[in-house]
This record gives sequence, C-alpha cells and structure tokens, in this order.
Amino acid sequence: MNKKNGNPMLQVEDIHISFGVLKALNGVSLEIHKGEILAIIGPNGAGKTSLVNVINGVYHPSRGHIFFEDKDLTTLSHHHIASLGIARTFQNVALFKGMTVLDNIMVGRNLKMGSNFFAQGIYWGFAQREEIRHRQVVEKVIDWLEIEHIRKTPAGMLPYGLQKRVELGRALAAEPKLLLLDEPMAGMNLEEKEDIARFILDANEELETTIALIEHDMGVVMDISDQVVVLDYGDKIAEGPPEKIRNNEKVIKAYLGTSAKK
Amino acid sequence: MIFAIEVAIGGLLVGVMYSLVALGFVLIYKSSGVFNFAQGDMTLLAALALVGFLTIFPLWLAILAVLVLMIALAIGIEAIVLRPLVARPPLALFMATIGLGFLLQGIGQGIWGTDPKGLNIGISDMPFEVKGLMVSQFDLVGAALSGALVFGLVWFFQKSKTGRALRAVSDDHEAALSVGIPLNKAWAITWAISGVVALVAGIMWGSRLGVQFSLSLIALKALPVLILGGIDSIPGAIIAGLVVGASENLAEVFLGPYVGGGIQTFFPYLLALLVLWFKPYGMFGREIIERV
Repeated sequence: MNKKNGNPMLQVEDIHISFGVLKALNGVSLEIHKGEILAIIGPNGAGKTSLVNVINGVYHPSRGHIFFEDKDLTTLSHHHIASLGIARTFQNVALFKGMTVLDNIMVGRNLKMGSNFFAQGIYWGFAQREEIRHRQVVEKVIDWLEIEHIRKTPAGMLPYGLQKRVELGRALAAEPKLLLLDEPMAGMNLEEKEDIARFILDANEELETTIALIEHDMGVVMDISDQVVVLDYGDKIAEGPPEKIRNNEKVIKAYLGTSAKK
Repeated sequence: MIFAIEVAIGGLLVGVMYSLVALGFVLIYKSSGVFNFAQGDMTLLAALALVGFLTIFPLWLAILAVLVLMIALAIGIEAIVLRPLVARPPLALFMATIGLGFLLQGIGQGIWGTDPKGLNIGISDMPFEVKGLMVSQFDLVGAALSGALVFGLVWFFQKSKTGRALRAVSDDHEAALSVGIPLNKAWAITWAISGVVALVAGIMWGSRLGVQFSLSLIALKALPVLILGGIDSIPGAIIAGLVVGASENLAEVFLGPYVGGGIQTFFPYLLALLVLWFKPYGMFGREIIERV
C-alpha cells in the first residue's frame, strides 16, 4: 500500500522553537501525505506536543516553515488554521465542559456553517434550514462514535474516556482534511483503546481523513500507523514505516537508555 | 391583601429591569470570565449619549445613534483593552474594566455635563387599573421591553450558531480557537451585546431616575441579583432579578415601618448573604468541582 503520491499534504520544514533556554524543537522537518496515518512518538519532553502546537498555530516557530496544501501556515493564527481544515484534540481534554455533548460537537461544526450573526436575525428561515442540515452531519458523528446515549449530558460530567471520544467527535464534525490527535488514548483501558483505534482507522479509511497522532502505546502505534516519526529532546532521530522504527538502534536507545544496548 | 399584591407586582416589574442590568454582567462573565466593573458606567454613558442626541435627533434616530456608538465602543474596547490582555489572569482584566469604567464615566460627563438631566421617552407614568389592581404603566412597559430583550438573548445564546460559539469561548479559549472561533470577534460581539443591554437599561432607568452620575450605581443593584442567581447563569439572572425586585418592595412596605424604613437598599444584600450560606455558587451558578 503506497499512499505517497504527489506532493505532501503538510510539509514541516526545519522548525525551531524554544521556551527561554529550553529548546523544544530543534530543526524538525517532516511530511505528511494525503490519506496517511502518521504517528509522532518519543519520550516525555521530546517536543511532540510542541510540534502539534506549531502545526495548528498555538505557537509560532522562531525559524522554519510549515506548508499545508502549498499554503504557508507559519504566521497564521490559530483559528485561521482551523478554518483551512486542520482539526485537533488535546492531551488534557479541552471540551466545553458546561455544554452538552451535542452542543460541543455542533460547535465543532461551526466552521462549516455559513450563515452569520446577521443572517440569523434577518433571514431566519435560511439559518434554520442550515442548522438542520448540519445537525444531520453531527448526528451521524454521534451515531458513529456510539455516544447517542449521552448526547444531552454536559460534557464535564462524563468519565474521562468518553470525554476523549466526544473531543474526537468535535474534531471530526468539522470534516477536517488533517486531524491532529494529541494522545487520544492516554489513560484509557485496553477496551477503550481498541474502540478509539477503530474510530481512528475508520476516520482514515471511510472519511479519508489524514491523521497525525501522538501516542505512547507502542502496540497501537505499530498497528495503525503508516509512518512513524521519532523525536527526542527536540530532534528528529528517526522516521519510516513502523517495522523499521521497531528495530532502529537510536530509537531503542532513546527509549530505554544506553544500558539497553547490551 | 390587594395592596400586598400590588406591591409585589410593582416589585416584580422593577425586578425585570434588575434582571436586565444583571444580564449585562452575566454575558461578559460567561464569554470572557471577567467581572465587568464598567457595566454601570456603560449604562450611564448610553443614557447620557441618548439625552445628548435627543437634542438634535428624533427619538428613534437618537436611539439608533447610541446603538451605533455602543457597538463602536465594544469594538474599540476589544482592540484597545482586551486584546493586549489576552491570556493574562482574570484579575488583570477585572482591573482594566475598573479603569475603563472611570474612563467612560469621565468621557460621558465631559461631553454631556454632570448636571442631572431628565429623559422623557414618551411613556406616561400614570398607574392604571387592572381588575382592581393599580399597576404602573411605566414599569409595565419597562418590564415588557426588558423581558423581550432577556428572552431574545436567551434564545440567541442557547440556539444560534453565534451564541453557541460565544458559549464555547467562555468555556475554553484554547479549544474554541482550535475549532476555528476567532476570540477577538467573539469578544467584540459579546461587548456589543452588553452595550445594547446597557442602552436599554440606560433608557429605562434613566427615564425613571433621571440621567446623572448615580445612574452608574445601578450596577450595585445588580450585585445581589448576581450573587443570588449565580454569575454565570442567564436564567439565574432573570429569576433572581424578579426575586430581588419583589422581596425588596414587600420588605420595604411590610417590614420597613418596624425598623424605620430604608430597608429597600440593603434587603437584597441580606437575601444574597443568606443564599451564599447555603449555595456558594448562587441558585443557578455552575458549581466548580476541581480535583486537588
């Protein structure tokens, strides 16, 4: 299965970013191709989340460039990048806790809704019709993630595993071209992890969403990803298909320390 | 008995106008987590501007002009006051709104003067009779107008796309940005809405009490309402406004004589204190449960 055709969808070129004296990313480059699932792995503090934050505009790199579908994202603002079709989830779930699951996912749909503030006041019927159309998409997402039973529950009241699932739903409701998942399975039990892995694969295959994910569970990473990028202390130390990464000397060293060599 | 009902009705009608003032606070708090100290001064500014414009324009045009002014003000506040303070602690924003309050007050009084002015929008203050009950016509109109605005806002925040986006912003800035909601725009819209609320409150309270500095103290009336209802709850502001309006009126008439009157000014605070005892987040406020 060769998904590498044409130009890469996302090109990260020589990104540098530092917080005070701490260099979070030190000249990292990578490419994500359309239709791919790319896993970003590395020990704690390797710069994985920083990389995701740079891609979706939370941080701006001090050096380097990011191109998404040949458009330079480097200096664009956070919400602007979202509107280009890049959605994300957060390491520590960032849901709208006071809002219902349904409302949370509807907000994710906001970008696709055309009618604005004034249209809603003046041309109410149109806004209403649009709302119904988008509601159908959202209901599909809800149905698909098997969270029908909690759609009217405030998100803050849900257990952690379900919150993560709702957050995934909110990101998918925007029908993103590129989906960034920051540890979508952290803190989950095996069964929950399998569910999420299935949703990720389905999103990739059925919705043709390109996905970049950060994950610590090596089993999952090796199973679902097409490409793996390994970071360590802000440097990219390896990249390639999972089977190659598994046996990479540098990677083993970064994870297990030098003593693992013998 | 009839008299007690009259007193209660009078209180409820005034209470709707309390709700309106309180709502201005709730809206800003919900969308930016800031207690907007300038809300009272925005009310004063709106009323002063309206009186000023009325000398040159007919009523409808004057109201329109103030509306434009309040929206322009909201956009200005967002750009000059809020934007540089993004991601600062809420206390910094709170302090900024105190400064903003003084500034608005000064500008308003600088342009239109400090002397008390009457505001007549053509609603008669004659009470009329419904089935043997005397009801103030002015209060009724005020309540109807405020009520309509309150319910319009509730609908907007609960059902519309923009309202949903504003609620999202209030809940989590980072997450709101990541789904493509521009914070700046959201804040400008919220402040514009609370400017409109200030305008309506300024019209109603201004024509009731006269337009002068003390109008900005109307904000103090909103405090017990906010405490009672919970500062982040729109229905809370509505119900607490009614409760405060009715209870302070009843207390004044029936308890007042025993303690020498003047009970109206502090009774709502007493009530708020009592509620705080049992419900620290107000009757409808969201209880914050944090893991420690």
